Amino acid sequence: MASTTASAAEAPQREGNPRAKGSLYRGDLGMWSWVAHRITGVLTFFFLFVHVLDTALVRVSPEAYDTVIETYKSPVMILFELGLLAAVLFHAFNGIRVMLVDFWSNGPKYQKPMLWTVLVIWLVLIVPAAISMLMRAVTEFGGQ
Amino acid sequence: MTTTDAPLSVDKPRSPHRPAARRSNFELYAWLFMRLSGVVLLFLVLGHMLIMLFLDGGVHRINFAFVAGRWANPFWQMWDLTMLWLAGLHGGNGLRTVINDYTRKDGSRFWLKVLLYTSVVLTVGLGTFVLFTFDPNIG
Repeated sequence: MASTTASAAEAPQREGNPRAKGSLYRGDLGMWSWVAHRITGVLTFFFLFVHVLDTALVRVSPEAYDTVIETYKSPVMILFELGLLAAVLFHAFNGIRVMLVDFWSNGPKYQKPMLWTVLVIWLVLIVPAAISMLMRAVTEFGGQ
Repeated sequence: MTTTDAPLSVDKPRSPHRPAARRSNFELYAWLFMRLSGVVLLFLVLGHMLIMLFLDGGVHRINFAFVAGRWANPFWQMWDLTMLWLAGLHGGNGLRTVINDYTRKDGSRFWLKVLLYTSVVLTVGLGTFVLFTFDPNIG
């Protein structure tokens, strides 16, 4: 999976100068995108586990579901949801980059500019999302 | 492939036949599945989060009645069922890779995978059960 991606990305660079400079991927920005991809993926998986359990409460009773879902509306939990969104957005767009590295012939060559593109898209989406969620958290909190 | 590293000699004729290593393409299919499910999940999950966190009041409008209204529509049932299965398998396979990479002992690798597979079967199974047996008049 992502581990194979790292070796796929360094392959073309290895072809030109075998072992001359070592890997250009390891220790560089590309490696950190791989680390971030892992961390955001694992965090999202743990949330998925919790989220299926809380949603399963609709099978118990409306009251049980409403009580638990109410905790998702507190300002602290909205910060958590913003963090989840930040993780999912990075994982989603970096995942597209991973696929381009794997399947597009020029992918490994452009892995770094594609990472900057991922980070720009991530910023463009997360900033208005954060403003929207935090404003709503504040107004709903003030209204209660 | 390591064809270039292969020795230039050939096995002696009449040498005892060595059975080919048992090969499985599981890892290839798992690798491919991560990419295919990833594309689908991008739309399903980001769409889900857009609806649940931003549209029509975001998370503050979610309650039992809201869920009942959504699951009255087969479109959203199928959306959630597909998302549940793909996310469970995509995340499960991702964690399988992480466990394979970082565990040092066979025992810890085995038990972490038992824990992982149990939780994936539990979440995907429970979620599927809930989606198919949901009763809006349960209260």
